[in-house]
Amino acid sequence: MSKKMQITLTVNGTRHELLAEPRELLIHVLRERLNITGPHIGCETSHCGACTVIMGDRSVKSCTVFAAQADGASITTIEGLGTPDALHPLQEAFREHHGLQCGFCTPGMITRAAQLLKENPDPTEEEVRFGMAGNLCRCTGYQNIVKSVLAAAATINAAKEAAE
Amino acid sequence: MIPAAFEYHRPGDLPAALALLQEHGDDARVIAGGHSLIPMMKLRMAEVPHLIDLQAIDALRGITIDGHRITLGAMVTQAEIIAHAGLTTHAPILREAALQIADPQVRAMGTVGGNVANGDPGNDMPGLMQCLNATFHVTGPAGSRDIPAREFYESAYLTAREDDEILTAVSFDAPTGGQAYEKQKRKIGDYATAAAAVILTRLGDRCTAASIAMTNLSDTPIWAEAAGEALVGTACGEDAVIAAITAMQAAIDPSEDNRGPAEFKRHAAGIILARAIARAWSRA
Amino acid sequence: MNDLTPDRDDRTAKLKGIGCARKRVEDARFTQGKGNYVDDIKLPGMLFGDFVRSPYAHARVKSIDTSAAMALDGVVAVLTAKDLEPLGLHWMPTLAGDKQMVLADGKVLFQGQEVAFVVARDRYIAADAVELVEVEYEELTVITDPFEALQSDVTLREDLTPGADGAHGPRRHPNHIFLWEEGDKSATEEVIAAADVVAEEMIYYHRTHPCPLETCGCVASMDKVNGKLTVYGTFQAPHVVRTVASLLSGIDEHNIRVVSPDIGGGFGNKVGVYPGYVCAIVASIVTGVPVKWVEDRMENLMATAFARDYWMKGKIAATKDGKITGLWCHVTADHGAFDACADPTKFPAGFFHICTGSYDIPVAYVGVDGVYTNKAPGGVAYRCSFRVTEAAYFIERMIEILAIELGMDAAELRRLNFIRADQFPYQSALGWEYDSGDYHTAWDKALKAVDYAGLRAEQADRVAAFKRGETRKLLGIGLTHFTEIVGAGPVKNCDILGMGMFDSCEIRIHPTGSAIARLGTISQGQGHATTFAQILASEIGIPADKITVEEGDTDTAPYGLGTYGSRSTPVAGAATALAGRKIRAKAQMIAAYLLEVHDDDVEFDIDRFVVKGAPERFKTMAEIAYAAYHQAIPGVEPGLEAVSYYDPPNMTYPFGAYICVMEIDVDTGEIAVRQFYALDDCGTRINPMVIEGQVHGGLTEALAIAMGQEIAYDEMGNVKTGTLMDFFLPTAWETPHYTTDHTETPSPHHPIGAKGVGESPNVGGVPAFSNAVHDALRPFGLRHTHMPHDHWRIWRAAHELGLHG
Repeated sequence: MSKKMQITLTVNGTRHELLAEPRELLIHVLRERLNITGPHIGCETSHCGACTVIMGDRSVKSCTVFAAQADGASITTIEGLGTPDALHPLQEAFREHHGLQCGFCTPGMITRAAQLLKENPDPTEEEVRFGMAGNLCRCTGYQNIVKSVLAAAATINAAKEAAE
Repeated sequence: MIPAAFEYHRPGDLPAALALLQEHGDDARVIAGGHSLIPMMKLRMAEVPHLIDLQAIDALRGITIDGHRITLGAMVTQAEIIAHAGLTTHAPILREAALQIADPQVRAMGTVGGNVANGDPGNDMPGLMQCLNATFHVTGPAGSRDIPAREFYESAYLTAREDDEILTAVSFDAPTGGQAYEKQKRKIGDYATAAAAVILTRLGDRCTAASIAMTNLSDTPIWAEAAGEALVGTACGEDAVIAAITAMQAAIDPSEDNRGPAEFKRHAAGIILARAIARAWSRA
Repeated sequence: MNDLTPDRDDRTAKLKGIGCARKRVEDARFTQGKGNYVDDIKLPGMLFGDFVRSPYAHARVKSIDTSAAMALDGVVAVLTAKDLEPLGLHWMPTLAGDKQMVLADGKVLFQGQEVAFVVARDRYIAADAVELVEVEYEELTVITDPFEALQSDVTLREDLTPGADGAHGPRRHPNHIFLWEEGDKSATEEVIAAADVVAEEMIYYHRTHPCPLETCGCVASMDKVNGKLTVYGTFQAPHVVRTVASLLSGIDEHNIRVVSPDIGGGFGNKVGVYPGYVCAIVASIVTGVPVKWVEDRMENLMATAFARDYWMKGKIAATKDGKITGLWCHVTADHGAFDACADPTKFPAGFFHICTGSYDIPVAYVGVDGVYTNKAPGGVAYRCSFRVTEAAYFIERMIEILAIELGMDAAELRRLNFIRADQFPYQSALGWEYDSGDYHTAWDKALKAVDYAGLRAEQADRVAAFKRGETRKLLGIGLTHFTEIVGAGPVKNCDILGMGMFDSCEIRIHPTGSAIARLGTISQGQGHATTFAQILASEIGIPADKITVEEGDTDTAPYGLGTYGSRSTPVAGAATALAGRKIRAKAQMIAAYLLEVHDDDVEFDIDRFVVKGAPERFKTMAEIAYAAYHQAIPGVEPGLEAVSYYDPPNMTYPFGAYICVMEIDVDTGEIAVRQFYALDDCGTRINPMVIEGQVHGGLTEALAIAMGQEIAYDEMGNVKTGTLMDFFLPTAWETPHYTTDHTETPSPHHPIGAKGVGESPNVGGVPAFSNAVHDALRPFGLRHTHMPHDHWRIWRAAHELGLHG
């Protein structure tokens, strides 16, 4: 065990100061220390994307980020995307279009999709498939995930237009 | 998959990083995006008592296009390359290659510096840098020096960079002519079964210059000089392409792995190169 | 009130019953990160367990030194076989009648085998301690080939008495597990000897792994004050786990509570009992605090249950006109180091003898030799009923090869040999009674949907263009017509460890007309909470939205055998319908009393009982429920509850017609699926949205298996595909778009006619993808080449056909 260091993380808008070993992985800090259990651990080698969170303005796989590297960062997880009373359009769309089954990949999937739609608000099906390719799902065959993301994009864009 | 304990350092500038490297010697490694190093640490295949995180060093960031010279700071991510309009205009092969690296989340963290400095023959940027005839800029206790990309790789994970040096940037002349990066892989997130970087210049129906490099077909990236020469002076027709492939195949030395036996890779390399040449020629 | 009564269609729609594409009730928590999976569980004082595993595939364990690990701050215990032996827990029984080491007892038999169990304050310390356990090994000769195992002088299982029978009869070699046979061998061989045409081939279905996105794990919590053990775990069969835990530990079954929380996919991987569960339980008993064990991905792929690994030698005989006359098959089944297959006791090769498939084959024989090798144990049904996907792959390849032999179109050959609709119930030559089917209708619909004749013409054009040097891409048309066998029991035939394979449902109607139903199964993504409520809504007239479905807690749910082999809908779904009918029967008496007529004078109508001939006189189910709890009704007990334990009279036989159109690049071996049409007939369709989702998912797992996914070993027994870099799980990018379709042939013996669907797409999908690859190269002489069809293997097949000049 190495000595612990003071780490500051802002997670879903709440600032946390905690002591952690530098080697602790961001996914473990979120899940074990902060009890934010939405992001999951699926492969541990940065292939499956179940642990995806938004760090700053980029999607990252939190199993392959040391908490020490994240020190000072602002992080959004699935828990920070919507509330039960005001779901994120992606959360609505995944339910509406059956974009999930066992639910294990879903937090990472939706969190990645949220960032994708920020980077590319009106993607084609091909762009969704390419942009979501860092997230594995074993249940759905992706067809309804892609449908969900496209539907959410349409909802978000329609809301934007209505607001303008 | 839990890494062994280490001390973490986040120096604010290059001299501080170099001092830490000096102080801890073989016990220290620098980390950029970490997507090569962290999995190795988690598998406990890399022991790193002192981890030096380069993220706070602003001097390692940024993409500059100065006339025809392009410089990428070591900490420039694949995602930044993809999103950079100037690069897309002046060196589109970079974006084309970067899009074929790993997946979106990994590209958000993975850096040029990490990709080229690590010496992993599976990485795509080293081959591309051979093709571009890039220069790698390293800084150590004795100061800075430039190493031609084509002289950087000695064998797998063994490079011309000394342990106490940090790769700070890569630079290259904006390529002229047609460019293509072609990669065969099993799936998104995989290393290349075979990949080819090709830059061709064309005058009328003649190829006037050609640079060809191959990835993951030897224990280092391969700049296939003779393959390029086989195209120069030709119209990149079938015979010339076959000559280029033959020359390339003489330069590579693939080994068997889960992607297939060497014989297959050799064959696939030829096909991938032919495709890259055709595409580069069509853009030249 | 009558004026306000909505019409019958509206009332039916409000129930969201059978046939409704009801949105899933599970999704609210999953989309908001509020699922509760095993690794989310955190109990006060909880410790973390981690394994020291063998780096060798076969070695003697000379010594284990745990002292350095024990000296590490935060390490509480390090268990070895020596510690478990006094408890009799250093070995455990497998589901297949064999036994398996919990921790290495003298030797190790596969890479990744559990050697010692470290218990520490957190997972980081546990991982550090694992590194500090020093194990001295003496390497032994490794056998990874089952054919070699049966010839070898090396005895892998020294614990077994040479010459003594195994759980499934005589063993003819120390590395032999069983020979299991079905059908008429001599009659089959006579038919083959006399046949006009015989196609013969060795078909290998490679070793793979279910690889759910969530790995296996558990939290064991021994409450020493109350003498109660609670185990939360990734269990596809929680009740069976409770019984096994009781038998192994000696703790009375009422003092054990097993809970399957949300499960992140199972696909068969979470049926078995693993050493991690045993060690966590023991560690919790020893330490008196909760102990969590969660494997990592490499451990999951290396050590928990694999699937397939069947070498299937086949002979299929036919007349020269293409009428199949007999089928012969011998399987060499690589079971790994311990026979831990998850099959019903009587069936050591599962239901492999469904391998006559969709065809009317008069005589057949199957023999299966189980063999020990230095590979991980397992042999689970990876998204299929027991060994059914192997059987479907076998027959669908043999049909294609026979078509080549006959010079016949493979679609026509199938049509010629299908069991006809008028032959159901159909008795197969290998002993099954197929319940219902209409294969010709499904087949014709499928061929028409894809314009089969047009595709064949396009393929011929492509071949001609290829020969002219105009293209390097060939077109393959992968045909499959599969028949599944799912829904084990019946109890008289099917048991696991002696426990009959029934299933169960218990329903309580609440006074205000909502309800809770509890089942013996457990969802791992199938959406039971959504679909079982729909069955019940249609049966008892209470809206699905007012019915909670709960599974997985053995303290509250009725006993059941769990979810695998597509058995939930055929068995627990039937129990649900029948429990609902018990509710309805009692409701009828209450309604009659309330309406002051005779019981026989009221009838059920969607959501109420009405007086026959006077529909304006009725009592809704909500009114009846209220009365059941609030009114004294002569001769009727208060309350409205029912339980049903359902022993199915037969299995169900879903079927389907799949067509895959694939382009293959002969130079690189790359493929692109241009079209995939999947017609499924799963009988009565409960929720079309969920069915479609199941089909998409199963097809994608089939794509993975057929095109690259494998657990590969080198000659030293090292696993070569231990991470998701090398173990192929397709991303959205590699996965094609699917077109789904259906016919609906209800099961005659199932209360609502449903058959189960979750596994059909994997069973039918693998041969469809594989046949497409074969079909592309068939015009150039390819007969058969083994899966997985990854780039280099396709390239090799093309190379051997001389397609590279």
